[in-house]
Amino acid sequence: MPERVVLQQADIARALTRISHEILESNRGADGLVILGIPTRGVILAQRIAALVSEISGTPVEAGALDVTMYRDDLSRGRVRTPAPTHIPAGGVDGRVVVLVDDVLYSGRTIRAALDALGDIGRPRVVRLAALVDRGHRELPIRPDFVGKNLPSSQLERINVRLHEADGQEFVSIDGQADEATR
Amino acid sequence: MRHLLSTRDLTRDAAVNILDVAEDMAEVSTREVKKLPALRSKTVVNLFFEDSTRTRISFEAAAKRLSADVINFSAKGSSVSKGESLKDTAQTLAAIGADAVVVRHGASGAPQTLATSGWIDAGIVNAGDGTHEHPTQALLDAFTIRRRLHGAASRGRDLDGVTVTIVGDVLHSRVARSNVWLLTTLGAQVRLVAPPTLLPVGVSSWPATVSYDLDSSLEQATDVVMMLRVQSERMHAAFFPNAREYSRWWGLDDARLAQLGEGSIVMHPGPMNRGFEISSGAADSKASTVLEQVSNGVSVRMAVLYLLLSGEREGLA
Repeated sequence: MPERVVLQQADIARALTRISHEILESNRGADGLVILGIPTRGVILAQRIAALVSEISGTPVEAGALDVTMYRDDLSRGRVRTPAPTHIPAGGVDGRVVVLVDDVLYSGRTIRAALDALGDIGRPRVVRLAALVDRGHRELPIRPDFVGKNLPSSQLERINVRLHEADGQEFVSIDGQADEATR
Repeated sequence: MRHLLSTRDLTRDAAVNILDVAEDMAEVSTREVKKLPALRSKTVVNLFFEDSTRTRISFEAAAKRLSADVINFSAKGSSVSKGESLKDTAQTLAAIGADAVVVRHGASGAPQTLATSGWIDAGIVNAGDGTHEHPTQALLDAFTIRRRLHGAASRGRDLDGVTVTIVGDVLHSRVARSNVWLLTTLGAQVRLVAPPTLLPVGVSSWPATVSYDLDSSLEQATDVVMMLRVQSERMHAAFFPNAREYSRWWGLDDARLAQLGEGSIVMHPGPMNRGFEISSGAADSKASTVLEQVSNGVSVRMAVLYLLLSGEREGLA
């Protein structure tokens, strides 16, 4: 099945703006917010969301990166995974509202690892989850607070998120075999 | 990575990758919770046939920070002193279910034998074999140099254009051998300075320049001076007239330290013989990285154990 673009550049920008507004609304302002992205593309999205939240609220909001490699439950399967840098803003996460950001939410195992990683760094007051695309098929009881687009998909399909900073182009596409339920 | 036996087989990319992973491990060491769950349920055996406190506790700390189970095995007081062979010891470790064996042995090539004999499937890390190699020491030295030179921007960098002068007992030094191969692979220029009696046969074929005169070598600019320990315990003949003479010609004293350029680094793998190969002034100076080398050792060994033990073991069912 050919690759089908589901979000164009403008759609991604709109989704991130909406997520930023929702974060501010649920937090009643930008106080105590820290936006942490999960490498690789989650970090880029976290930086964009932090910039948007800062712009909308007029209060500077810090972004960072949270690598979850060492906390994954599949380290002894497949190839060796190389960790990416973790960068926690100078203020730390203790007592703050952390918004975790990832590009695609799928089984929930990455987010489970992220929660463990976060627990070793500090004790946030609240942790929320933002994802650009939620494709379903959760294997753990994890639910996002802010979603750019819900994309019911077959497990045989692939979701590709391309962002300017990492890929030189910007879109979200889907390819592969759709099954009966999602056709 | 299946085993780490020598720095000679490491490519530049593989070496830079180990140093980059060590950067992440070093970052963990600054946190309140200095532990990662990455190697939960893995068993690491520290198999030490030679005495070594700092290397063993460094590997032990590294394995524990990655949540592995650690078994320390010292040949003294063990069945080895009753005549058990390396093969039997290895098969015992295999039966216990060791996933990695960190081996220190007085015989050059013992880790290689363990890795290739088929006695045990575990990943083997060479923690010093005879006068052959000590790869994790060379990796931590390279890591320390890279961090001193590039600071926070170290990730992904090699050591292109860096000059390293290695001084002292090259003949008995596995640290010197591992460093010559690794530093050259990473792009550094290596100079060896030693008394002619403490240079191994065939040193001219190594990728390093050789000199007998420390003072004239220090007249040329060098980024790093790496002092080696004089290994009296391995010396069964007279290699130099006496300690004072050695110290006068090849010791890093305060006058030679003052001669080094601004920003130069003084390294020593430890344990130091103060006043012999290095003066207290040099060992405790701002240029000295001796203690950084110790803490970086834990990060580098964490990186090696992680790369060895995570992922599906190559060549294993």
